[in-house]
Amino acid sequence: MRSALLDVAELSKRFPIKAGGGSFSRLRRRFAGGPEKLPHVHAVDDVSFTIGEGETVGLVGESGCGKSTLVRVLARLLDPSDGSVRLGGRDLSLMPARRFARDPDRAKVQMVFQDAGESINPRFTAFAAIADPLRRIKGLGGVALTAKVERTAAECGLPEALLSRFPHQLSGGQRARVGIARAVALEPQLLILDEPTAALDVSVQVVILQLLQRLKSELGMSYLFVSHDLSVVRLLCDRVIVMYLGRIVEVGPAREVFERPLHPYTQALVAAVPRLGQPPTQDRLQGEPRSPIDPDPKVCRFYGRCPQGTERCTVEMPLLRKSGAAREVACHLIAEVQT
Amino acid sequence: MTAAAGLAVENLSVEFRTRSGIVKALDRVSFAVAPGETVALVGESGSGKSVTAYAIMRLLDDAGRITGGRALLGDVDLLAATPAELRRLRGRRIAMVFQNPRSALNPIRSVGHQIADVLVEHEKLSRRAAAAKAVELLRAVGITDPARRASAYPFEMSGGMCQRVMIAIALAARPAVLIADEPTTGLDVTTQAVIMDLIGELSSSIGMATVFITHDLALAAERARRIVVMHAGHVVESAPVAALFAAPRHPYTAELVAATPASVSVLDDLASIPGSLPDLRRADLPACRYLDRCRRTQPECARNVSMVAPGAIHAFACRNPLP
Amino acid sequence: MSAALRHARYVVSENPVTGFAFGLALLLLLASTIGPSLVPYDPFASNTAAALQPPSMRHWFGTDQLGRDIFSRVIVATRLDCGIALASVLLVFVMGGLAGVAAGFFGGWMDRVVGRVADTIMAFPLFVLAMGIVAALGNNVQNIVIATAIVNFPLYARVARAEASIRREAGFVEAGRLSGNGEWRLLVFHVLPNVFPILVVQMSLTMGYAILNAAGLSFIGLGVRPPTAEWGIMVAEGASFIVSGEWWMAFFPGAALMLAVFCFNLLGDGLRDIVDPRRRT
Repeated sequence: MRSALLDVAELSKRFPIKAGGGSFSRLRRRFAGGPEKLPHVHAVDDVSFTIGEGETVGLVGESGCGKSTLVRVLARLLDPSDGSVRLGGRDLSLMPARRFARDPDRAKVQMVFQDAGESINPRFTAFAAIADPLRRIKGLGGVALTAKVERTAAECGLPEALLSRFPHQLSGGQRARVGIARAVALEPQLLILDEPTAALDVSVQVVILQLLQRLKSELGMSYLFVSHDLSVVRLLCDRVIVMYLGRIVEVGPAREVFERPLHPYTQALVAAVPRLGQPPTQDRLQGEPRSPIDPDPKVCRFYGRCPQGTERCTVEMPLLRKSGAAREVACHLIAEVQT
Repeated sequence: MTAAAGLAVENLSVEFRTRSGIVKALDRVSFAVAPGETVALVGESGSGKSVTAYAIMRLLDDAGRITGGRALLGDVDLLAATPAELRRLRGRRIAMVFQNPRSALNPIRSVGHQIADVLVEHEKLSRRAAAAKAVELLRAVGITDPARRASAYPFEMSGGMCQRVMIAIALAARPAVLIADEPTTGLDVTTQAVIMDLIGELSSSIGMATVFITHDLALAAERARRIVVMHAGHVVESAPVAALFAAPRHPYTAELVAATPASVSVLDDLASIPGSLPDLRRADLPACRYLDRCRRTQPECARNVSMVAPGAIHAFACRNPLP
Repeated sequence: MSAALRHARYVVSENPVTGFAFGLALLLLLASTIGPSLVPYDPFASNTAAALQPPSMRHWFGTDQLGRDIFSRVIVATRLDCGIALASVLLVFVMGGLAGVAAGFFGGWMDRVVGRVADTIMAFPLFVLAMGIVAALGNNVQNIVIATAIVNFPLYARVARAEASIRREAGFVEAGRLSGNGEWRLLVFHVLPNVFPILVVQMSLTMGYAILNAAGLSFIGLGVRPPTAEWGIMVAEGASFIVSGEWWMAFFPGAALMLAVFCFNLLGDGLRDIVDPRRRT
């Protein structure tokens, strides 16, 4: 059993909704009820999972399920409302996000963004973009800096000639490589990839995925791979976590979850993925997800949209429970079948 | 008025004038769609699939020029139609669903109004009758509580709902041909499935000829009867779905399939396509634009390659096709 | 750099008006720098015998009521007027730009304070406010510069704030945090370089207004005093003579004023095209 590199426990993130009205209604509210009375969006709710060393874990779910918020808390760009994020024993959530930028452990968790064009400063050359973290965190300069940048760029398949170019002068695939080079230059332990190939053509995607695979084994990193493209997650990831409206609904080995999904939401998700050689399935997930604003903590988030549902689903929130050797599911109906 | 008519595109060629030269975006593109049939136009970025759609609808921007070919809607050539004729045809006989639903809808008009506009213009309904029909259409595309939603604005609706509204607008006058340009890009996979179901149901109930443009080969395989593969402004292969995957003839088709994640079961089986798109501004473009990336080239390929004809069942533009 | 120059050349060739504006700006620059040393007459030398002469070969723009050569005075005034405009635009760029960027990037109380200051300034008719500032602080050139800067503050602060606030959510700012940049480093080294070109364009667009403001204040007697050669004062002095037929005293400084403002406006448009092709007019 691999040792856990990342241990997330009961992580929650809530955002207060800035109510309308001007300063007066704000004052009135403050004196009447205090900030706790404001409505909150429960973006991430009681999430617990681990990532082992050298493991690639996929994170899937529809838009609004909280995966973007979750990864930003894990990357310490946001502070959690509750819970802990332990990396190699240290609880990273104890230090506020604002101060974490200057922490020596900053290099251990890095991120590759979805839109490489947006995530590289338009006024920075590719060289400057890759050099920035090395300067700020590793304190490199001069010849050592240049050598490291060039080496990292070469490892990521970026020809040296491209280093002096600006993002708008690079192709989509080249920009993606710059984003990856910037993140791996620090040799992080955990690399979070937020839909890194979403904006790329399918042929470029192949090259980037193969690059990521190679870098992972060369540098001994773990990956958290967020994607909406389940076909890619199926190929790249060891395990997959399925989220719905801020909660984890299913966890398990990637192949198994896709071949034999347990949670009704996962089943609908897998059924919706286009596959070659098979006609589209009939059962469809209709409707829209419920509101994430102050949801009833006793009602299953998927109730109402779920094709099944019992009385119990409205009075008791299903918790993530083991189902078999390596799988976890948060559903009353599955747990009942297993026992 | 739903007299079935198909779409037949013959030798469509389009150029763009840019600062750095003339881009020969499309070269003798041909394909046909019969009434009630769904054909997928598949290609990567730069393949020209969206340009094809905009050229057929005569929506190219000022820098683009149609330099040849015909686009027959029934027996009317869209490329030769006058602006007055186009106004009559667009919406009524041929309609389009665009890629980014929220930006394709007018942000300052309610969705009900936008649907009603089509009905007033083409079906000559009164404002009141059109508004009532718009509510019916919203119901038909699966929007709950349509009477209330009709007065909503696009920014109040999710991406999936906006796309449904766009479908309602496109199908309001029951056109003979529908062009759907990447209608589900940016939508969740569950929403994508529902939207594609909707397009499929409606198009078969009206008997429309549907052109479905996408970069997702697996989605095309799931939803279309035939696939037309494009590369760098050329149609490289056109075949029924099963035949395309069982026995692709054009090397690019085979490479594209091998690069699609849904087609393999382990990551190592995925293969990237060598090389990159040729620069379409070059004056010395070889006859086959896949030449510089192809592993099966022959001397003749630079000089001459026969384009795919519209009526063919399984056609390919290659001198040395796969066996 | 060469790519930028090539793009600049392209813009100028596409739009000849921009090229014309660049040429005119060059002329103004020459007039400001070496003009005063090349003028035929001393701008302050009065010669009452030659007073009120219409334009001739000896005095190209004629002479004023004290016999001073108007052409020389107009050229010499170029330095003062353009100097005032440049100084005030630079001042407001620093003040307004930094305040706006900080307000847009950090939000919170900084945003509110800057917003209120800008709102207060905008509550006044701007020229009246400028008049009031110069009258209160004292009648000299520095105070014209300060007044013009203050009056333009809301515009720069607003533009800078909008640009910074867009970028605040941008991916590259988040990436900057991951790379170990603190908030102030992000502001200065990551966000500001993106806002800077837009502010530069704003500067060239405001130059025209700044010149008009300075001339306007001098016209009503605030700021610059006789016998200083300044376009506004010259127009003011010449205004009373138009009725009696000596049109050249007000016309030529007025024309110079118009040409300078025109030039800076066109320059601003051209610069905007060079910096951001998407916003072409």
